[in-house]
Amino acid sequence: MLSKTTDRLAKIWLWMSALAIILILLSVLGYIFINGIGIMSVSFLLDMPKNNWREGGILPAILGSLIVVFVALAFAAPVGVGTAVYLTEFRKEGLVTRIIRISSDALNAVPSIVFGLFGLSLFVFYLKDYTGGPSLLSAGLTLGFMILPTIIRTSEVAMRGVPYAERMESFGLGASKLQTIKNIVLPGAVPGIATGLILSIGRAVGETAPIIFMVALNPTVPKSLFGSGNTLTTQLYYLAMEGISMKVAFGTALTLMLVILTLNAITRVFKKRLSRNLRRG
Amino acid sequence: MKEQFTWEKIVGAVLMLFSVTALVILLLIMLFILDGGLPLFNKVSVFDFLLGDKWMPAKGLFGASQFIIAALLVTFGAVLISVPLGISCAIFLAEIAPPWAKSIVRPAIDLMAGIPSIIYGVFALIVIVNLVRVAFNVASGETILAASIILAIMILPIIISISQDSIESVPKLYKEGSYALGATDWQTIRRVLVPAAGPGIIAGIILAMGRAIGETMAVVLVIGNVEKMPSGLLSPGETLTSAILLEMGEAVVKSTQYNALFCLGLVPFILVLIMSILSSRLITKSKGRFA
Repeated sequence: MLSKTTDRLAKIWLWMSALAIILILLSVLGYIFINGIGIMSVSFLLDMPKNNWREGGILPAILGSLIVVFVALAFAAPVGVGTAVYLTEFRKEGLVTRIIRISSDALNAVPSIVFGLFGLSLFVFYLKDYTGGPSLLSAGLTLGFMILPTIIRTSEVAMRGVPYAERMESFGLGASKLQTIKNIVLPGAVPGIATGLILSIGRAVGETAPIIFMVALNPTVPKSLFGSGNTLTTQLYYLAMEGISMKVAFGTALTLMLVILTLNAITRVFKKRLSRNLRRG
Repeated sequence: MKEQFTWEKIVGAVLMLFSVTALVILLLIMLFILDGGLPLFNKVSVFDFLLGDKWMPAKGLFGASQFIIAALLVTFGAVLISVPLGISCAIFLAEIAPPWAKSIVRPAIDLMAGIPSIIYGVFALIVIVNLVRVAFNVASGETILAASIILAIMILPIIISISQDSIESVPKLYKEGSYALGATDWQTIRRVLVPAAGPGIIAGIILAMGRAIGETMAVVLVIGNVEKMPSGLLSPGETLTSAILLEMGEAVVKSTQYNALFCLGLVPFILVLIMSILSSRLITKSKGRFA
């Protein structure tokens, strides 16, 4: 009888733990939402900051975030997907694939501030003449390095999900390896690759520490890749840390939050489509 | 046919170049961090750096022990808070959650993992700092504890996902055996499933510790940033990562202070690499046991 009571109490505890996690998530989201919604408007998103960020909008930060994410993807998407193709289609499992996988995992584990130190010394000092020093290009490339492992891993999983039989059929019909990759493997892996890319965009747009030494609080619209800029995350850090304007800080936080929520919703649609495809296949 | 074959070779070669990029970047990171940090040891001994507790760049003193202790305290605090909650939630998802509950909790955890650290930081800066101040009746809530609490929240998704995975990969046979002996659900969970999933769960905890020790943004906003040896969970402190963030702006390039900050980065870098190797070996091992 006692064991039945314990069983019931334990189950209540497990349910409570799940409930606690939902409540934690809701309080973080709710807190940012309630504090940010007051200042949120179209003009907040599209106006220039005024009076040292105490008024006006956050357009430069939005543009800066878009640019660094674009640079990061322009580097990491081809390299990451290419690596996945190589690992799944060109190479038998062995020492080479193991080394590539281990280095990708290790890269994934590097703390974000270490990426910051690395980006600072490589792009800002060492390659200064090519990157423009502390520029949006430097920041974007550093983020690109950081999201590369995620893209490699998700693309590889997606390509391995394409049934072996389909490749064999394609070869059987006389298609070459390249034709098979182009017509069978890549199309079949698109939903998985896309999910990985969106996941990486979310990571790149939300990171602060890797780019904090390259991106300053800058009130002007970025003029070129080689110029300095401002992103949502770094702006949020400076506004909150130095107590410049909590109102605008919360508005920036809400903007960032909405971007993350939108990306999250898109991946869920992809995931649903993915599982439907799997069931059909 | 011949032309096709050459194309295949060219594409293969290009893709191979792409594939070594991750390795090259990793090696470059090691090279640049070592190159930035090692010159410190021409001026300060490794011993003084790791064990000294005076950090005064102007006087040439670079003792990092208070940053190391603060980082370890924050990390252990976070794990202590996160593990009971995380493992309970993992058990819930793996064993007792009905499909509808799973379809709410699972996406919630994915979303939690995707929230940027700076957002957690801004939330903690006001909500958790005030909570700590009121609950423990201290002058300022900007403490090691506040940093531990927000880190605990941030590492929950890692602990839950990996623990859930390893509980679900315990063979059905184990469970059926336990039920056949008349055990209740809870007895089965506690005596059979959790012990069998043990190595995987520990792997998740190690990975989460790595994440916590390397985290910067959420910590720097709530820990108070006082360059002094922390006296406990309710005292302010400064971690390795937050010291780098706060001081890099004023450090002159290639100065001793600049070198010292790179050395501060070297510490979590090495710890995290060791932890990630450990946890991935544990995961492979624990999966292999049931195969």
